[in-house]
Amino acid sequence: MATKVKIDPLTRIEGHMKIEATIDGGEVKDARCAGTLFRGFEIILKGRDPRDAQRITQRVCGVCPTVHGTAATLNLDSAFGIANKVPDNGRVMRNLILGANYLQSHILHFYHLTALDYVDVTAVADYSGDDPALLSVRDFIARGELAPFAPRYEGDYRFAKEVNQKLVKHYLMALEMRRVAHEMLTLFGGKMPHNAAVVPGGVTEQPTIDKITGFLWRLNNIRYFIDSVYIPDVVAVAQTYPDYFGIGDGPGNFLSYGVFDLDGTNPDYAKRERMFQQGTVKGLSDLAVLDPSNITESVKHSWYEDSDPVRPLEQETKPAARKKDGYSWIRSPRYEGEVYEVGPLARWVVSYFAGNKKVKDTLDACVSDLGIKLEDLNSVLGRHAARALDAKVVADSMGEWLLELNPGEPVCATYEIPDESEGMGIVDGPRGSLGHWIRIKDKVIDKYQLVVPTTWNGGPKDEKGQYGPMEQALLGTKVKDAANPFELVRIARSFDPCLACSVHTLDFKGSEIASLRVV
Amino acid sequence: MSSKVYEIPAVYIAGAACSGCSVSLINTINPNVQNLLVDPVIPGKHVSLRFHATIMAGQGEPVMKVLRDTAKEIPGEYVLIIDGSIPTGEDGIYCTLGEIDGKEVTMMEMAADLAKKALAVLAVGTCSSFGGIPSGEPNPTGAKSVMEFLKEQKIDKPVINIPGCPPHPDWIVGTIADILINGLPTADKLDEVLRPKAFYGELIHDNCPRRGFFDAGQFARNTGEPGCLYELGCKGPYSYADCPNRQWNNGTNWCIGAGAQCIGCVEPDFHDQLAPMFQKIGEDDLERFKIKTR
Repeated sequence: MATKVKIDPLTRIEGHMKIEATIDGGEVKDARCAGTLFRGFEIILKGRDPRDAQRITQRVCGVCPTVHGTAATLNLDSAFGIANKVPDNGRVMRNLILGANYLQSHILHFYHLTALDYVDVTAVADYSGDDPALLSVRDFIARGELAPFAPRYEGDYRFAKEVNQKLVKHYLMALEMRRVAHEMLTLFGGKMPHNAAVVPGGVTEQPTIDKITGFLWRLNNIRYFIDSVYIPDVVAVAQTYPDYFGIGDGPGNFLSYGVFDLDGTNPDYAKRERMFQQGTVKGLSDLAVLDPSNITESVKHSWYEDSDPVRPLEQETKPAARKKDGYSWIRSPRYEGEVYEVGPLARWVVSYFAGNKKVKDTLDACVSDLGIKLEDLNSVLGRHAARALDAKVVADSMGEWLLELNPGEPVCATYEIPDESEGMGIVDGPRGSLGHWIRIKDKVIDKYQLVVPTTWNGGPKDEKGQYGPMEQALLGTKVKDAANPFELVRIARSFDPCLACSVHTLDFKGSEIASLRVV
Repeated sequence: MSSKVYEIPAVYIAGAACSGCSVSLINTINPNVQNLLVDPVIPGKHVSLRFHATIMAGQGEPVMKVLRDTAKEIPGEYVLIIDGSIPTGEDGIYCTLGEIDGKEVTMMEMAADLAKKALAVLAVGTCSSFGGIPSGEPNPTGAKSVMEFLKEQKIDKPVINIPGCPPHPDWIVGTIADILINGLPTADKLDEVLRPKAFYGELIHDNCPRRGFFDAGQFARNTGEPGCLYELGCKGPYSYADCPNRQWNNGTNWCIGAGAQCIGCVEPDFHDQLAPMFQKIGEDDLERFKIKTR
């Protein structure tokens, strides 16, 4: 008999999401992912000064505001006709600002959003060492009020007690590391979340030698953490939960807009030289050139008035909250009408097949060391591994970019807001491919449209009945215990659905899962 | 463990929000996040955070029941923290928090149920305090601030606003610590729009390190130039917060420090009345905003 498992809310992500799975014979036969908050940014942006888009769109997400700021400024640069005029200082500082938030975001995701699905904090209850942080966690457990670390799923925690304790310690260290990543960003960005310095034309901040040095040493501490703690911990999870290389495979189509401009002279972002390359890969074979005009969005199962799939600038945002076929506020973006996964794994697969030597060498070594095949990366663990490698390569590169800054040289180009224009800003953020599109009329925003990473990954079925990437990853999954469906939440969180944050772990009492109903 | 620790229950729910307030909160330094969640943040008092969707271990209906049971079982004993504005259009359907007994619960319903029984409500962030970005024209979801919403629902409850997009972690933590040490703030501790004067008492412009340029009439004309940013649209002359003294992210920098205009993110008029953000606002407006916010 089929059982429907609903997980609403899916927590430890950014924002409001639910997942539903119909389980029959221990296997997921149908799956739905739904976004449950609508704010209407595209409607709010209409009629405003185009420059305000950079500030307003950062507020789409407090975890990944930086990449929205980046996409918005690329978009405005292109609409203002200055896409190839940003001074090198501006380009490099934008890379450093975005890179710092990559590190913040990846560390936060692995430790504070994901780890509680694998690490048992209750192992600290009889901690007998002398680490003050773990002792305070032990005392907290002893007092007995375990919120917000209870209730939780019970069962599949596989680490030995001492390893659990060590991982809890790393979880606490990671809190500090992600905070330092924000602090580092702030040197050039003014404040975080929602940085103030990235603007059309470049940045507002000057690179000075004290800031460069302060940035460098914060970065060095984070690099040490990534190499000696984060990556080994991901390997530990991979070795202890190796079955997750076989769980959560997505559509197998990967899309990346590339990221980190290495040269600012080509105004075409789809072809600009970037550290991670632009393109698409199907079935782990050859790279195809990225053509943004192939991107459309379907609203068949989204709570918007019905329309045919259209390109972003042709999209109308007309909410229809009670639409019969709707089950999500997320739209369904498609590339050439097909379903594509985005994110660190997609970025790495695309750069791998684009011949990026650093990516290829790193990924080949990773696959060989873990004793897996390249195709095994299309999985829960593959996404975590790609994210950790992403953090390492970005952090290492930032150390090189930092020395390219020239104090005293220009940071920003000047511009006039055109009466009429169109623009596009595409760039990969921590969670994947982000696109902003704008049409300007009478010097104000006539149309602004965003297609964000979690729209690609977390969107619902389209008019052809094709499931979204997260839904596909859930389909066919064998669920051992429908009352504690670890598999489902581990799959969903491996995509890092645009999330937020925070702290500690633990709990005890066995919990009943969401609504467990027979259908 | 030597002396008795009292548990102070709190629940944190988010409506039309971006999680930026939560991310800012975890940038707190003294106390750090661990201290905040695990340790008695004030001697003898531990804040027991029963619900926070991005922090908590659990998911699904069991965590929704935590919310329901908090209102039912310990009325008058818990602090309600609201992040994000409350979408009220179409009966609140634009934001649902989760399901209980197979029924979706809207932010609107949950905010009302929890507020009725709460000791007090902390509105964290500008969306929650004043409506913020989601309530911007034409306010497609009928997003309301906590103050407006409670008034409409005829729920009489002490509200403290901690605006900012996002608020500085010290503002949030400091307000909570004040409640734990001194109890709910008396009226004289808050300004006309219910912000703690301790953090929002002075005009940014009055403490700005670039104030000397303003007084000398030296204005930046282009981004990245030295000088006062007033001509480039800086809203420091209309905004009340201690950013210039406190600075952000461990005292590293702040908006104006990085050469960027203040956008007035702590003000009730953010972001409609204070837009365009990069455009100078005239003398008339200065008077208007002063009257309105003071």
